[in-house]
Amino acid sequence: MEDFHFPSQIKLLNEDNLRLDGRRLDELRPIKLEVGVLARADGSAYIEQGKSKILAAVYGPRELHPRHLAQPDEALLQCIYRMATFSVEERKSPAPSRRETELSKVITEALAPAVFLKYYPRASIDVYIQVIQADGGTRCSSITAASLALADAGIPLRDLVSAVAAGKIDGKIALDLSDLEDKNGQADLPVAIMPRKGLTTLLQMDGIMTREEFIEAYELAVKGCRKIYEMQREILIQKYIDIQGEASEEADEQENGG
Amino acid sequence: MTLYFKNRQIVVPGELLAEGGYKPGEGTFREGNCIYSSVVGLVEAKGKVVQVVAFEGAYIPKVGDVVIGKVIDVKMTSWRIDINSPYQATMHPVNIFERHMDPLKEDLRRYFDVGDTLVAKIMAFDRTRAPLLTTKERGLGKLQGGYLVNILPTKIPRLIGRKGSMINMIKKETGCQIVIGQNGVVWVSGKSFEDEERVIKAIRQIEREAHTSGLTDRVRELIHK
Repeated sequence: MEDFHFPSQIKLLNEDNLRLDGRRLDELRPIKLEVGVLARADGSAYIEQGKSKILAAVYGPRELHPRHLAQPDEALLQCIYRMATFSVEERKSPAPSRRETELSKVITEALAPAVFLKYYPRASIDVYIQVIQADGGTRCSSITAASLALADAGIPLRDLVSAVAAGKIDGKIALDLSDLEDKNGQADLPVAIMPRKGLTTLLQMDGIMTREEFIEAYELAVKGCRKIYEMQREILIQKYIDIQGEASEEADEQENGG
Repeated sequence: MTLYFKNRQIVVPGELLAEGGYKPGEGTFREGNCIYSSVVGLVEAKGKVVQVVAFEGAYIPKVGDVVIGKVIDVKMTSWRIDINSPYQATMHPVNIFERHMDPLKEDLRRYFDVGDTLVAKIMAFDRTRAPLLTTKERGLGKLQGGYLVNILPTKIPRLIGRKGSMINMIKKETGCQIVIGQNGVVWVSGKSFEDEERVIKAIRQIEREAHTSGLTDRVRELIHK
């Protein structure tokens, strides 16, 4: 097995182990987070991770329709992951694809352990995720954004959920694969964790890795998740600190003016 | 017995707040011997109870709350009322008048029709059934005229202020009548449109800046501008 290599058309690493976009193997793509971006939603978040751009909106807890889906003892969490037709190189058909349906389920299951669903029996919490631009790792970015949107909606959570993928490119373990690296690499390992207790809520693998490589990749992904968690925390707090700052500035003005 | 926060610090879900003999209040939960926050909000300790005052969140009915609702359906012997919550409320004639009503002889629409707005009190709610409303007290009943303003239910305590300081100030300064529903609906009625507009502006500012200090003075300034 050691000598086995998938044919790779593109060289993903240079002599200094730097990737095509200049990143080191254990480096995340630049991440930009925003919360409360949509006025009509109860909670919302936006994430830019490299070239991936994703919007997440949360509605609820609200009445559940159709009624027969209601659970008598807890709320129903429904995530819907959709990609815009213009989000990928070749136009994506606007019809819901098999992949979107599957990712919706996977994301729901990655978020559900963090939500206190028992607080809202019979109700529904809806999460809508729109991929505006896709460049690999969208399921992980979606989970990161959706968990921020849930927190922004004021839904009680046990913890935030942070997610990032690790993988194997040109025979080396790397963090946060881009679309090109994903398609030309040997393996992709998306991981979502609840950082407080380090519980894993999503673990998938695509491709082939040895046992040792898997452990190395998993640990690298968890390290990446923790970095993302810090950013999530910061942005949630920042929203309200900004308002505080504006308010005190206003008060100063009034004092000086009056 | 350790506290891991400064009073009125902003916390996020999952943050460790206290260890040892503390009790979990609103917006927190206990795991083992520790208390963690479950929402984004301001944390404070009141005696042995640690609580987080959430910035956002839906309205969950509580027995004794006064709410403002809209009639969305009239049934044979009851009304369906939207109270801006995941749970729709029901209201029976018994809880409005001192008597039962015969649906064959009387039409419920004579009293409340679809689209009517009313102030009511939550009489019973246990999360397994729809909350029950009553209007059998002074100050409850149908609302006529005025404006309805929807704000986040979590900001209602700030709008009222300590012992009603904020809302009384707004009432005094503008001369408007204001009814606050705990479910985040506020009814405003004044002598002129300008008065009502000033109140609505003030409410919007309170909603946005609920967690900042010196808010009452800034709101007073806004009303007089």
